[in-house]
Amino acid sequence: MGNRIIKIFSKFYMLLIFTFLYFPIFIIVIYSFNASKSNVLWTGFTMDWYKKLLEDENVIIALQNSLKIAFSSTIISSIIGTTGAVAMYKYNFRGKKGIDLLLYIQIIIPEIIMGVSLLNYFSVLNMEFGLFTLILAHTTFCIPFVYILVKARLAGFNSSIEEAALDLGAGKFTVFRTVTFPLILPGIISGAALAFAISFDDVIINFFVSGPESTTLPIKIFSMLRFGLSPEINALCSIMLIITLFVLMASQSIRIKKQN
Amino acid sequence: MMKKILKFVSLMLIAILTLVGCNSKSSTKGSGDKVLNIFTWANYVPDSVVKEYEKKTGIKVNYANFSTNEEMLSKLQAVKGGEYDVVICADYIIQVMAKDKNVLMAPINKDNIPNFKNEDPAYLDQSFDKGNKYSVPYTLGSQMIVYNPDKVKKEVTSYADLWDSSFKSSLVLIDDPRSIIGVALRKLGYGINETDAAKLDKAKEELKKLKPNVKLFNADTPQDSLISGDATAGIMWGSQASAAVKGNPKLKIVYPSEGTTVEEDNFIIPIKAPHMKNAENFINFMLEGKISNETTTTTEYINTTTTAKPFMSQEYLNNKAVFIPAEDLIKAMHILDIGDTAKTYDSIWSEFKQQ
Repeated sequence: MGNRIIKIFSKFYMLLIFTFLYFPIFIIVIYSFNASKSNVLWTGFTMDWYKKLLEDENVIIALQNSLKIAFSSTIISSIIGTTGAVAMYKYNFRGKKGIDLLLYIQIIIPEIIMGVSLLNYFSVLNMEFGLFTLILAHTTFCIPFVYILVKARLAGFNSSIEEAALDLGAGKFTVFRTVTFPLILPGIISGAALAFAISFDDVIINFFVSGPESTTLPIKIFSMLRFGLSPEINALCSIMLIITLFVLMASQSIRIKKQN
Repeated sequence: MMKKILKFVSLMLIAILTLVGCNSKSSTKGSGDKVLNIFTWANYVPDSVVKEYEKKTGIKVNYANFSTNEEMLSKLQAVKGGEYDVVICADYIIQVMAKDKNVLMAPINKDNIPNFKNEDPAYLDQSFDKGNKYSVPYTLGSQMIVYNPDKVKKEVTSYADLWDSSFKSSLVLIDDPRSIIGVALRKLGYGINETDAAKLDKAKEELKKLKPNVKLFNADTPQDSLISGDATAGIMWGSQASAAVKGNPKLKIVYPSEGTTVEEDNFIIPIKAPHMKNAENFINFMLEGKISNETTTTTEYINTTTTAKPFMSQEYLNNKAVFIPAEDLIKAMHILDIGDTAKTYDSIWSEFKQQ
């Protein structure tokens, strides 16, 4: 009897948590189909806001910019993060702990500080603000996420497999390619997916390091708030949500396939 | 050890050189003559107008966004007044920028903008930029009172009416210190840019008396609580008032008798604008009557030109939120930069909200 109550209670608790997490997002998606311009009254179903967005050239450009930046910085940071994690796993040297800690600081540091410092840095170097500076900045803050996830994967790694391969005459690169890499791949994919999501929805750093031709979707949404919340913003948020969800699901399915 | 340091330094040098190399490459790419970089709020220049301009001139428009004037300023400082050709921003930030040692704005050459004569003189030569040395008016936003006559017994004509006890817990205010403290100052008969501590103290006392009437603060969508009936009256910007009346046609708009607060947004040209000629050409285009009307109809802001009126629709002319007769704007005041007194305003505001 007591067991059943606990079971019911735990289910109810789960429901509450998920409502709390997802209900606001659900509302945004629902109201993106609202015929009225206001967010208060529901007056009927329409796809007009999506149509309007797709006709707006600035939205398309912003979306393209966001995707370009997210994909490039994900790929670059995955390579750098993975090689870093593997190297830190394999080699011991003085100050290793310190360097490890420095990478965590990147994650903890408030975004605004990073944004301002990157703004000053690029400005001192006289670099033109645009896609290039954005990709550099995003790569910088994505690396630690990939690094940490790959490192976690390596923590449960049995190095005797590598030694066995070496014993059997495989070269160092072959060992990495055929033994190490496949084993840490799930970690890399999770890291890359996280990097993509973080890069795609960044606002603060984006604002500081973007240029005249590189407005991204989150900046656009923020800027549109001057005219108040509207179904257009809801629709744009829903589109962003779908893209992020799609990337996360795709990466998860690859990961699961690899693991089996 | 020395060798290691040397190696490190030379590596850094190579890294910086490659960065700079990339940079110079991209700048040659972007310096074509047929480009214009606009920097302002998203949708503030309607997409249809941008497309019309591109079609007419063959100039490619890059539209970059910011969400606050302060963001814009920090960005413009970082690029040292370059990269962007036209910025549309608020009056007070122009005043701040003009005071700076290193002025980031290029003086406006009115000879190159013949349509400057289309501007209504009522909006020119304002205190934030005397003689329009750096700025050309784009649109005007005005604050107003919106109320529901069904739920309010007597007619509302002034800010002072909102202090009436019958409004207990039923006002919605925009979440903006300068605007609302300004309302209290206007009620007392002062200006909205007071720096005198005694006057500000009195305003603080007034706000204390207003607080029981305030139901909520909302910066972006104050109209929603009026439409839903949560609030019976509110102070908000014109475009929000317009949305309120669209949501509930019974709502009434009032220009407070004390005089309202306006914000004038202006075109400025950064000092090192890469396409200065296109910038002047664009501003000139935007001041054409037909185009100017198209902009204010879409954005629901007040038009600052005299040539747009013949193109205005009856609907626009009847919309009290966006078409305000010039005589009602005589007593209007601009929010100006108040330097260090801003801290006093902030503390009044936080006390008011926490009370």
